[in-house]
Amino acid sequence: MSAVLTPIERKPMSFTLPVVAAAGAFAGLFVGTAQGSTLLGIIVGGALLAGLAYVAVNMLSAQERMARWGIVALMALAGFAFAGLPGLVVGGLFGWFFSWFIYWVGEGRYRAHLAPYLTPGQVLWHYTFRVICGAILVFLITPILVVIPLSFNAENFFTFTPEMLRFDPAGYSLKHYRDFFGSSDWQQAMRNSLSIAPVATLLSVGFGTLAAIGLSQPHVPFRRAIMAILISPMIVPLIISAAGMYFFYSRIGLQGTYLGVVLAHAALGIPFVIITVTATLVGFDNSLTRAAANMGANPVTTFFRVQMPLILPGVISGGLFAFITSFDEVVVVLFVGSAGQKTLPWQMFIGLREQISPTILAVATILVAISITLLTVVEILRRRSERMRGMSPG
Amino acid sequence: MTDAAQPGMTEGARASEARAQDAAQTGPMLAADGTPLKKSLGRALRRQKLRALALIAPLLLFVLVTFIAPIADMLFRSVENEIVRNTLPATVEVLADWDAEAGDLPNEAVYRALFFDLFLASEAKEHTKLGSRLNYENAGMSSMFRTSGRRMDDIGEPFKNVLEDIDPVWDDAAHWHALMSGAAGDTRDTRLLRTTVVGLEALESQSYTLDIGFSPSARVSALLPQTAAAYTTFAAFTALVDEDDPAEEEPWEAVHAALAIDLADADVRSAIESYTGPGADALKAVAQAAFPPLDFKAAIIDTNEDWGDQENWRVIQTYAPPYTSGYFLNAVDSQKTPDGPALRDEDERIYGLLFKRTMFMSLTIMVSCILLGYPIAWLLANLPMRSANLLLILVLLPFWTSLLVRTSAWKIMLQQQGVINDTLVWLGLVGDGSRLVMINNQFGTIVAMTHILLPFMILPLYSVMKTIPPTYLRAAKSLGATNWTAFWRVYFPQSVPGIGAGSILVFILSIGYYITPEIVGGTTGTFISNRIAYHISSSLNWGLAAALGTILLVVVLLLYWAYDKIVGIDNVKLGG
Repeated sequence: MSAVLTPIERKPMSFTLPVVAAAGAFAGLFVGTAQGSTLLGIIVGGALLAGLAYVAVNMLSAQERMARWGIVALMALAGFAFAGLPGLVVGGLFGWFFSWFIYWVGEGRYRAHLAPYLTPGQVLWHYTFRVICGAILVFLITPILVVIPLSFNAENFFTFTPEMLRFDPAGYSLKHYRDFFGSSDWQQAMRNSLSIAPVATLLSVGFGTLAAIGLSQPHVPFRRAIMAILISPMIVPLIISAAGMYFFYSRIGLQGTYLGVVLAHAALGIPFVIITVTATLVGFDNSLTRAAANMGANPVTTFFRVQMPLILPGVISGGLFAFITSFDEVVVVLFVGSAGQKTLPWQMFIGLREQISPTILAVATILVAISITLLTVVEILRRRSERMRGMSPG
Repeated sequence: MTDAAQPGMTEGARASEARAQDAAQTGPMLAADGTPLKKSLGRALRRQKLRALALIAPLLLFVLVTFIAPIADMLFRSVENEIVRNTLPATVEVLADWDAEAGDLPNEAVYRALFFDLFLASEAKEHTKLGSRLNYENAGMSSMFRTSGRRMDDIGEPFKNVLEDIDPVWDDAAHWHALMSGAAGDTRDTRLLRTTVVGLEALESQSYTLDIGFSPSARVSALLPQTAAAYTTFAAFTALVDEDDPAEEEPWEAVHAALAIDLADADVRSAIESYTGPGADALKAVAQAAFPPLDFKAAIIDTNEDWGDQENWRVIQTYAPPYTSGYFLNAVDSQKTPDGPALRDEDERIYGLLFKRTMFMSLTIMVSCILLGYPIAWLLANLPMRSANLLLILVLLPFWTSLLVRTSAWKIMLQQQGVINDTLVWLGLVGDGSRLVMINNQFGTIVAMTHILLPFMILPLYSVMKTIPPTYLRAAKSLGATNWTAFWRVYFPQSVPGIGAGSILVFILSIGYYITPEIVGGTTGTFISNRIAYHISSSLNWGLAAALGTILLVVVLLLYWAYDKIVGIDNVKLGG
């Protein structure tokens, strides 16, 4: 975080106590409702937190670390008394948050990193805004995070069982993963995905890189029109591409064949390759190729020894985009493919629409792991490429 | 050069020589190899252009074949309507003269043509396809074609019986083949053969050779025109589609009926008396036979009374041309009527509703994305680089996660026995009996798609906001603006390009979404794309699917064009 902007001072109790009590009442609202009495929860929560704040800020501010651990332990124990092991964890988290919150408010620390001229209203808005953003980020990330623990569910349910919430080891198992690796349907789908995506990627990267180099030349006739055509597979809704390909490929006998699916996926991956590679070529210094030619290298040598190493990060990340496009694609393969080309997403789609089985969760977790890996690789490559081209590191 | 060659020259002479040379060089400037510089540069430029095009050409070809051609095919299918013409070629030709307004049924000639067309179509099993096609325009026509197609044999049967009763040789495949082939020296009616095979090619969507093991004699086809045509059709179908020898297969009842039609003509009867080809005796024997009345109109209406309904004939006449606007009219809830296109009845208008719903939901998703994306983009743009990058990962992770993973996550979250409902029940906010219905409706689709498309809003917004200097806001505030004024008058206008880019992107993507609405949308939360998929894979009304797709494509391309104008396709960024 940035440096301290505003000198801080302890806030008067008349400010600290109501704020902390309100937060406590808010938390108590939920705990109370869950336990059966909303009103009692609000009152107890507010009073408890006000009391804790009074003690902690007024009497124990010198031993802050000890006081904070004390609050965590206290809350955790209270939680344990109420609801056993899950209560212990929830109570501990509450304690961890409130012990920080009490000192953050009581000692006026919230003011430290803000400009000194802000009015209290602006300070309040600043933190409200942060809370709103936090909620949106939770909205973004939660669905993905919820899938992961649920995939270890021992039951065939799509929700947390009481055993799971009690952290009972019996509530967890690798059952769904075993189903995934043991089922011939899923394994066949996995094999199909892995045999389609790399070939489609190779096609799009091969053609795409050449075309991107062509498009980056200084004089290209009809550049805009060509670009519009090449980017169009990304813009045209998938259902329309799928419909058109279904009609056309069945005319020429490609419908329901491996080649048909590969060609369709390659076409869908091309815009990503074009975009990433042309972006890499924007900063490319053409005098390098001229220098190579000057020293006697033929165009092929120049391409592989000079140009390719420089644009390689862009090419690889374009390839990864193309790969994930094919690997994730379901609409087109649903129409262009036949049962013999059933890919992983297709199998998931069937699983979601018809015989909903929790094996999907295990597959989803595996796919999330794959996407995290790919994301990391792409980010590293992007930064490396920007460094190599002398642009500011992302 | 010349200076050195003429050492004896005086200074003045040299100067005047140089001037003379200058004067001589007022022509075009030359490149090293002596060609004019302009030409040389032009050639270099041309070569450069060619090289660039040569690099692009393979991909362009690839995309044209694998992507643009399918789209063009779809556009073509949305107006293509050759099925009526291909299945009922003769009928359509005769029917063109019928006046639908006059209030009479078509005349006997039309029914006679229909008999032969439908006979062939039912042998080829194509009549049901035409039936389903016309059923889209007028319900009930499918069963009309199906039941009548089955009973075409019965109409021809009596004629066959009369012939057989006179001479059993009319039951014999070889006799027919010999009769129709005529004498060995006869000229061949190749025109009849060719038109028959071409008609069959159109019907079966195949290409065939003219070698069918039979060739009609020109003399016989002049004598018995209807019979020759019917037999050639039979022979071509037997040889090309069934892949049998027409000389060994008994002809269809349609051929017997055709002979009866020919023999009804007194001129034909008298001409037969002087005919001397193979099978002439048997032909003379039946020339005066008493056939049942040639009333195909009554016979066909007897197979299915709907053939006596003018409305059905009007539909066939309307959809006879090879191209139609019918699918498009259908796609906008209209139909062809005698007074031109008109809207369907109120309760039959489903596509207008669906388009409106698609628009409404896409707009809602777009607005939700703006509302949720703007604060996040602001936060990312105003945090220090390190924390911003950390938060950016939270945005990019969903962006990179499989669409189906996110959709299944929402299905799990939103179900009645799902995580959100369980949490609400556990907190006591919702009773166990009154769990919220958040899935299989519009709400589910909007929530899930907002989540899925949110990164597409945040990323362009972020890249625009990064370029707005934070000092502008501080300057505005130090000049006395309130927080809100400073934001609204100074910051917001500068972020509008980002909103525009993100909105169009989100809108384009959401308007054509299929997977997510299919899984979480139920019946009220589906988009036009779900209907397109339904028509392709379930109802098999490909023309309507293509027309709906074309309309959707036009909308998307308009937005794409707008996006290109506002942002430029070159500026599309992936992953921040």
